[in-house]
Amino acid sequence: MLKYLCLIGMLGLALQLLPVTQAYEGPDLGPDLGPDLGPDLGIEATPEQIAAWDISIAPDGEGLPSGSGTAITGAAVYAIRCLACHGHEGAGSLNNRLVGGHGSMSGSTPIRTVGSYWPYATTVFDYIRRAMPYNLSGTLTNEETYAVTAYLLFLNGIIDEDEIMDAQTLAQVQMPNRDNFVLAYPDNPDP
Amino acid sequence: MDNSESDSSALQAVAGNGLLHRRIFLTRGATLLSATGLGLLTPKLATAQALPELSNVPGAALSGYGTRSEFEGSVKRNNILSYPGTTGSGGSWTPLESLEGIITPSALHFERHHSGIPAINPDTHQLLIHGMVKRPLLFSMDALCRYPMVSRIQFIECSGNSRVGWAPEPVQKSSGGLHGLLSCSEWTGVPLSILLDEAGVDPQAQWLLAEGADSAAMTRSVPLAKAMDDTLIAVYQNGEKLRPSNGYPIRLFLPGYEGNASVKWLRRIKVTAGPTMTRDETAEYTDTRPDGSSLMFTFPMDVKSIITAPSLGRPMQGAGLYEISGLAWSGAGRIAGVDVSVDGGQTWGRAALTEPVFDKAFTRFRAAWRWNGGPAIIMSRAIDESGAVQPSREQFIASKGLKRSYHYNAIQNWKVAPNGEVSNVYA
Ligand code: HEC
Repeated sequence: MLKYLCLIGMLGLALQLLPVTQAYEGPDLGPDLGPDLGPDLGIEATPEQIAAWDISIAPDGEGLPSGSGTAITGAAVYAIRCLACHGHEGAGSLNNRLVGGHGSMSGSTPIRTVGSYWPYATTVFDYIRRAMPYNLSGTLTNEETYAVTAYLLFLNGIIDEDEIMDAQTLAQVQMPNRDNFVLAYPDNPDP
Repeated sequence: MDNSESDSSALQAVAGNGLLHRRIFLTRGATLLSATGLGLLTPKLATAQALPELSNVPGAALSGYGTRSEFEGSVKRNNILSYPGTTGSGGSWTPLESLEGIITPSALHFERHHSGIPAINPDTHQLLIHGMVKRPLLFSMDALCRYPMVSRIQFIECSGNSRVGWAPEPVQKSSGGLHGLLSCSEWTGVPLSILLDEAGVDPQAQWLLAEGADSAAMTRSVPLAKAMDDTLIAVYQNGEKLRPSNGYPIRLFLPGYEGNASVKWLRRIKVTAGPTMTRDETAEYTDTRPDGSSLMFTFPMDVKSIITAPSLGRPMQGAGLYEISGLAWSGAGRIAGVDVSVDGGQTWGRAALTEPVFDKAFTRFRAAWRWNGGPAIIMSRAIDESGAVQPSREQFIASKGLKRSYHYNAIQNWKVAPNGEVSNVYA
């Protein structure tokens, strides 16, 4: 609807070319416009272009790349790339604590960490790969990202130290707080 | 304006402790007469000053891009706070206490960034629309600017705005310092529905993912229904291209939704079946209930209002007649009314709404108050066109609990002390 209104606005420009004394007497163009009538100035993107841009991971694991890692290799990545800001074993220092707080959500002072709060392990991979390390984001390889993700899951007691995280296994990890989330869209149960 | 009413009725109290009908300000000469007649205003004799020398000499030169008066330099964003070790990740608050009307100057629009402000060259920036569409499309900025545009005056509010309201003791800050993750602008851009129609959306799709080009590659999932309804790809803010801190060259603009979802520096839209469950819609921007469960995707910002004058930092200057001025807004639509109390909520009067009153926009309200110089607690309560009423802090905490840190919309109480100072109080 909105779209028709603004297209009518564009047509209004054309109408101004008529002599001012002559009113426009043609059909009402608005409702007759097809749904696809836009300037159509987009260029079709190739699968290669899309693959290069599409870094998001869905909760079912769609989008997870090839590669793998364990907490053992992840500890080394963490020490070099993360420890300075997030502290020893994810305990937090300058920036966010990443470990612990389990069971605190039902208490009076919730401690929200990757382990106690985050509902999906896929989000850990997605977020670290896009946004961390904060000062040089997007520079971890997929192997390093799997490894450091595994390390944070291991520190939180969610997987074993030698458990391999890859496109199959990561999506199957059950996060402890997963069932404590309620969708508020389209209907908020608690308005 | 109704001049037919007698002066005495114009002065009629509408609620306790001196709240007057605002008509008093609109009945020109009669107001002054009757106000002085009742001893509200004492006429003072002016002492004439010599014309300042300034007016005899030519003023400053013309300029390509204007700046404000040097005497207004103290009006700045409040609380500039960034996470430890960072400079661009955090927020700065609009100084609502220093502004009037409903438009926030672009240079004072609040900021909330997660990895600083990127410097994006529009000549190389592109928007990709892909995922569950017939034709994945790439748009250059030149191409986007050839699309038909619409303009809307609407607010953006960070869902973490006013969260200090949960603090056990009231925090002493100005109205902008407490509630200034909030601004209102004219946004002009391309309706996203036009671009999605051109790409051809799969009927199975229900959501989309929006991604920014900042170093955090900020991502949020947005319901497709919202995208097809009133979502804009905003290009202009208050008539000029977006500020870098507001997403230059393009941002998503989701009217009435929590600000974080209006992704800035937009580079990619992926049409999807379900939400992607990004970090900022799971670990953050979720609302924990008393039982420990948490709500996700609480998009709309609830009905809310604040009095900006008088307020902390804008003290009273002696007993007399004052105009109370404030802002009301709601993510559900237009503001239907604002009630004002100057006796701590015992009695209320209806404020006047200053036109224009737009959908999901700041609405300026005003009331007249004859302050007798005694202690007073002033507050405002907004009602929107859906019928939602802004709750008191007590009601709000009773229903939402203490574990949330987003979507705080309780009434703001200001205490006026006999010396005119204004402070933040809970009761
Ligand atoms: C220069 C400091 C710095 C470094 C190095 C760093 N981070 Fe961060 N990290 C931050 C900051 C700041 C935030 C908060 C960002 C925000 O809230 O938007 C953060 C947030 C996070 C979060 C989200 C926490 C939450 O509970 O929401 C995770 C997970 C994380 N970092 C993981 C990592 C990993 C893994 C590494 C190493 C690969 C890393 N970080 C390196 C500064 C850093």
